[in-house]
Amino acid sequence: MSTILEVNKVVKRYGDYVALNEVTLSVPKGSIYGLLGPNGAGKTSLIRIINQITLPDSGEIILDGEKLQPKHVQYIGYLPEERGLYNTMKVGEQCLYLAQMKGLSKAEAKKQLEYWFERLEIQGWWNKKIQELSKGMAQKIQFVVCVLHKPKLLIFDEPFSGFDPVNANIIKDEILKLREDGATIIFSTHRMESVEELCDHIALIHKSNKLIEGKINDVKRQFKTNSYEVGVLSDNVEGLMYDLTQKYKVNPANFKSLNDSLKLEIQLGNATPNELLHVLTQRGQVTHFVEKIPTVNDIFIRTVSDK
Amino acid sequence: MSIVSLIIKREFITKVRNKSFIVMTFLSPLLFVALAAFVGYLGSMKADTKRIAIHDESGLFVKEFTAKNSKSAEYKYLDLSAIDLKFLKDSIANESFEGLLFIPKPTNPQDFENNIQFISNNSPSLSFIERAQSLIGTKLTKTNLINAKLDTIAINKAKANVNISLAKATGEETVKGLNEIKIGIGGAFGYLIMMFIIIYGNMVMRSVIEEKTSRIVEIIISSVKPFQLMIGKIVGTALAGLLQFFIWAIIGLSLLFAISMFFGVNVAPTAKISPEIMQAAQQEMAGTAQMYIKELWNLPIASILVAFVIYFIGGYFLYSSFYAAIGAAVDNQTDSQQFLLPVIMPLILSVYVGFFTVINDPHGTVAVVFSMIPLTSPIVMLMRIPFGVPLWQIAISVTLLFGTFFSVVWFAAKIYRIGILMYGKKPTWGELYKWLKY
Repeated sequence: MSTILEVNKVVKRYGDYVALNEVTLSVPKGSIYGLLGPNGAGKTSLIRIINQITLPDSGEIILDGEKLQPKHVQYIGYLPEERGLYNTMKVGEQCLYLAQMKGLSKAEAKKQLEYWFERLEIQGWWNKKIQELSKGMAQKIQFVVCVLHKPKLLIFDEPFSGFDPVNANIIKDEILKLREDGATIIFSTHRMESVEELCDHIALIHKSNKLIEGKINDVKRQFKTNSYEVGVLSDNVEGLMYDLTQKYKVNPANFKSLNDSLKLEIQLGNATPNELLHVLTQRGQVTHFVEKIPTVNDIFIRTVSDK
Repeated sequence: MSIVSLIIKREFITKVRNKSFIVMTFLSPLLFVALAAFVGYLGSMKADTKRIAIHDESGLFVKEFTAKNSKSAEYKYLDLSAIDLKFLKDSIANESFEGLLFIPKPTNPQDFENNIQFISNNSPSLSFIERAQSLIGTKLTKTNLINAKLDTIAINKAKANVNISLAKATGEETVKGLNEIKIGIGGAFGYLIMMFIIIYGNMVMRSVIEEKTSRIVEIIISSVKPFQLMIGKIVGTALAGLLQFFIWAIIGLSLLFAISMFFGVNVAPTAKISPEIMQAAQQEMAGTAQMYIKELWNLPIASILVAFVIYFIGGYFLYSSFYAAIGAAVDNQTDSQQFLLPVIMPLILSVYVGFFTVINDPHGTVAVVFSMIPLTSPIVMLMRIPFGVPLWQIAISVTLLFGTFFSVVWFAAKIYRIGILMYGKKPTWGELYKWLKY
């Protein structure tokens, strides 16, 4: 898989404060790339550099094989976290203006706008002013402005904030469709469940440094602890617990089940799952046996609190 | 279409479509004329006739006053010398008359000078006191002359009355008020340019603050450079200002044209109907008016208008870069006050220099120097232009103005670039300086 965006040892300072410290990333073409990190980690600084809003102090950015340059703005669509449009300008005029700034001709912009307005069922808004729309409605307009010029690379900063669940779903489906159509999506958010749901790659930035990057499954494999959640129905619970604690680290677990089985989380260390199964089947009936996969949320919290 | 012209177009259309722009453009000339007419009407309004009681013990002056009585006069003088002074003083309180002029009868005529009193509850108008003093003074002088046995007729004959008439070297006769016209025109244009700079500079600032607080600026500068956005904004707003000025200039010139037509053509036929004396008087009046209008046309109107446009563009560009930088540095308009003061100061200074120095001596050192300094030149030079300014001075002044603009815009752009992405606290001067180095 080729990369669409490479960030090479990018450094950004604001006075004495280092916002990005030799950050290196590579975003594969066609991926949905989750850019994670706590508040103030440097995500926005990085996104602004990719958007050429600010320049890096050192390092370079390669977009689709070329060094980042002014003409690239038309290949990128950006939805900033802090949304904003001209309050007193009419929706249609405003969208046309912003699309033309991205290099579309007026006719082409109009065609695209009609397509998107129909798609999101907002045709009636053309002559309304932004101040007459609700926040969620304005967000939709902003989304349209962001994708109108068919960018190869889309950068969404908290795209779902401000949307009700129905509209959030509409936007999610649109994002997935854009990916199908060949766009690459960089996705910056604090909502780990949407990362889990959408992203195939993630990177974690913390205190100006990149700590983790890779395919989401690789990262998870890297963070897995070889733990299993098991449910056992046993007549001799004490004997079972004795056997288990001799060999493994055992903790009580909590998961949903329909019977009264004993619920445990067992860390295997170097042992294999089959050995554990052997122990369990000798002492009772196994009702539940699942490898515990770390969630992105776990990984995030562990990484951030480790440092 | 290039991106900058796209921004210019948007800024221009937003400004021009704004209701306040339309109202200001078409209503303010009307308002101006209406206000002038209103002030004129107020001035011509007759005040209530005021009754002044005169108690003249000498009997020397009272006739001078009562002779002035007429139906339309502002003051009506009553000769109440026969009535007891104390009674008169008391009746001021019940307001049967405005005041009491008390002239005692001194033993020595010299003592008149300081012994006359005007008694009233309200302080009298200065013009009334002056008039009374002059009436009494003239009469007293005359009396003194007669007492000294001097020939008053010979003295009157000896009095000379000089009236210098003005003419140009070309032989054309000019009107006396011409300098006042030049001062008025220069002052008006200088003042106009200050108003334009402040109004349109503020518009630029408001527009920057609006983009910043609505956060749209981040979207826009992901497509264009901050510098392009700033220049587009400044130029677009300037075009709106120029449009407004051209509309005013057209209205003003056509008014002037209409008035000259009125005096030039229409006066003669109406004059024929009038009686002979009236005709002469009216012709004289029309002649003066004609001459004034001719002088107005003789003023370098074209060069004043061209200079206005050039100096407005230069001055406005210079100041609006400050305004744009300030708008970028703050989050709302109230925070901008601290930074605006140093920007407005030179403008006010130039108006003062204009009204106090240029008017006295349009080509003196102070006037020339201030018409060169870029921050004051737009206003001061415009005030000088009706008096005729050598071309080389204008050339230097314009070059300096635009040169300064190009360096200031570079600094302003740096502050602007950083400022539009900074939210939260109001920056200090020190921080602004730091931004220049980012």
